[in-house]
Amino acid sequence: MALKAITPDYEKYTENRDLPELYHGNLMIYVHWEHHISFVAAIALPLPPQTPFGAIKEAIGGVYGPHPDWAKIDWSHAIWKIDGKNATPDFDKSIADHGMGHKSLVRFWTPGLDGYHGSLN
Amino acid sequence: MTAKKLGLKQRYAHMTRGLDWETSYQPIDKVFPYDQFEGIKIKDWSAWEDPFRLTMDAYWKFQAEKERKLYAVLDAFAQNNGQTGISDGRYMNVLKLFLTGISPEEYQSHRGFAFIGRHLRGVGPRVAAQQQSLDELRHVQTQIHTISHYNKFFNGMSEFPTMHDRVFYLSVPKSFFDDARSAGPFEYMIAIGFAFEYVLTNLLFVPFMSGAAYNGDMSTVTFGFSAQSDESRHMTLGIEVIKFLLEQHPDNLPIVQKWVDKWFWRGFRLLGLVAMMMDYMLPKPVMSWKEAWEIYFTEAGGALFQDLARYGLKMPKYHEVATEAAEHVGHQLYGLLYQLCHVAGLHAWMPDAKHMDWLSEKYPNTFDKYYRPRFEMWAQMEKEGKRFYYNGLLQLCHTCQLPMTFTEPGDPTTRCFRETQFKGNRYHFCSDGCKDIFDNEPEKYVQAWLPIQQIFQGNCGGPTVPDVLNWYQIKVGVDNAEYVGSEDHKLWESWKQDTAVSKAG
Repeated sequence: MALKAITPDYEKYTENRDLPELYHGNLMIYVHWEHHISFVAAIALPLPPQTPFGAIKEAIGGVYGPHPDWAKIDWSHAIWKIDGKNATPDFDKSIADHGMGHKSLVRFWTPGLDGYHGSLN
Repeated sequence: MTAKKLGLKQRYAHMTRGLDWETSYQPIDKVFPYDQFEGIKIKDWSAWEDPFRLTMDAYWKFQAEKERKLYAVLDAFAQNNGQTGISDGRYMNVLKLFLTGISPEEYQSHRGFAFIGRHLRGVGPRVAAQQQSLDELRHVQTQIHTISHYNKFFNGMSEFPTMHDRVFYLSVPKSFFDDARSAGPFEYMIAIGFAFEYVLTNLLFVPFMSGAAYNGDMSTVTFGFSAQSDESRHMTLGIEVIKFLLEQHPDNLPIVQKWVDKWFWRGFRLLGLVAMMMDYMLPKPVMSWKEAWEIYFTEAGGALFQDLARYGLKMPKYHEVATEAAEHVGHQLYGLLYQLCHVAGLHAWMPDAKHMDWLSEKYPNTFDKYYRPRFEMWAQMEKEGKRFYYNGLLQLCHTCQLPMTFTEPGDPTTRCFRETQFKGNRYHFCSDGCKDIFDNEPEKYVQAWLPIQQIFQGNCGGPTVPDVLNWYQIKVGVDNAEYVGSEDHKLWESWKQDTAVSKAG
C-alpha cells in the first residue's frame, strides 16, 4: 500500500464508492465530441452492456443537438477512439462487444466540422 | 509588595510552555498517537517559535473588540438598506458562491485546526493551532451573519449547508477539505497552513474583498477587514511550520515536498472557481485572474520559494502548467457555469459587449481566438430563444471532482484526458497533477463521493434532474438558471426604478 496510515490494515476500513457493481447492471461510459470544445465535458451515460453501439448517437443528441454542426454530421466519416485506441465501431453490435467496460471513454472526430465559425468551439 | 508585571516574552513563556505533564502509567505516544505515522521526525519541539507570542487571554480581548466593530457596521448597513447600494443584482451570485463554497470550508478548517491543537505534542504549535481553530469558527459565523442580510432579499442562499454537502460543483471545495482533514496532522498543516493559507490565500481573499469594495458591498468588505489580522497570523503559522519541519530533520524534506506539490495542485484547481468569479461574475471587475496569478503566485510565490530554497525545497511540481493555464481557467469555468446554471444554486448570464472587450484587453492572446466565439454562438442561440444548457450528466475528475473541462497544456482546443488503472478499475483525471495525486494514494481516493457517480447509483433523490435538484434543495425556476428574467433580476430592476422615481420626484 502506497498510502501511509495510522492503521496498517487501513484498506479494511475503506469503501470504494465507484465499483462497477454499484451501477445496477449498467456500464457508466463517457462520450466526447472532439473539436467542439465549448461543451463543458464528456457526457456520462449509464448504459446496459447489451446497448448497440449505434444507440450512443441518439443518447448524446440531447446534449450535442443544439450545436449548429450536429445536424451536419456524416456518421460514416466519423473517426473513433475507444479507451485511447483507434476503433471502427459496428453500430449494430453491443458496447460490450466493443470491449467497453465501466468508465470506458469514447472520443469521436467529425472531419470537416470545425465548430462555430471554425473556432473548434 | 506588589507583584512585578511580566514582559510580553515572559508572559508568553508562562502561558504556552510547561503546561504539559510527564505521563506515568501510559507511554507518551499513546497520548499523542497521530504525530508519528506520517514519517516526520521532530528532534526538539521547543525549537518552535511563535513570532506573534499571542496568549489566550490577549486573544479573547483583541477578538472581542473586532467583533464589536464588525457588528456595529453590519447593523448600520442593514438600517441603511445597504443591499440597494451594490453595483448590480448579478453581484449577488458572487456572494452565493462564497457562502456555499467557502464559508463551510472555514468551518472545516476550524475542525482541522482543533484536531491539530490537540494532537501535536509540541505545546507552542498546539496553542497557535487552537487560536487558528477559533479564528476559523469566528470567520464562518461572521460570514453567515454578514451575508444573512442579503438572504432577506435574494434567492439561493437559505439552504447553504445542505447545498455544500450535496451539490455537484460544491464537492470541489468540500473534497479539498475532506482530503486535508483525513490526512495526518503534519500533512494538514502543510495543506491548509502552508499551501492554502500562505501560498494561495491572497488569490482567494484579495479578489473577493476588493471585488466587494468595487461593487458596493460594504458589509463583506468589513468582514474582510475583521478577518485580515487573523489571516496574517495564519500565514505566519504556515511559514513557521514548514521552516520548523525542514529544520528538524533532513528526512522530512522529501515528505514535505510531496505534500507541497500535492496541495499546490489541489489549491490551484480549487481556485479555478475564484478565476471564474473574477473574470466574469463581478459587474465591476477588479483585475483579471491572470493579473492576480502574476502578482500573487508568480511574483510573491516565486520570492517565497526562493527563500525556502536554502532548505532544499523546490517550486511545486506543475507550477509552470498552472501559470500557462491562467490564460484559460476563468473562461473555461465560466463557460461551465453558463451551460450548467440550470442545475446550480446560482445564476449565470451572457457577458455584455463592454465586458467582452475588457476580457479581450486582459487576455489579448486567447480570449478573441478561443473564447469569444463560444459566447457569440450562445448569444446567437439566446437570440433565437434557445438559450443553451448542457442537458446531460458529465465526466468528473476523480481527484479534484471538477468536470473534466480543462484542455491540454499548450493546446486550448484539445480536452485533456488522463487515466489510470487500480485493482482492475479505471479512473479518469483532468490533468497530470490530479493523476499523480491519485496514483500516490489510490486507496484513499477510491473512496471519493463523486456527485455524478452517486446520481447514477441512485443516491441523490431520484433519477430525474428535478428529483436531484429537489434533493440539492435548489428551488427550480427560483434559485437556478439564467439571471435575466429571474426573481433576483426582477427585484433588482424594481429597486432601480424606485431610485429613478425618487430622484425624479
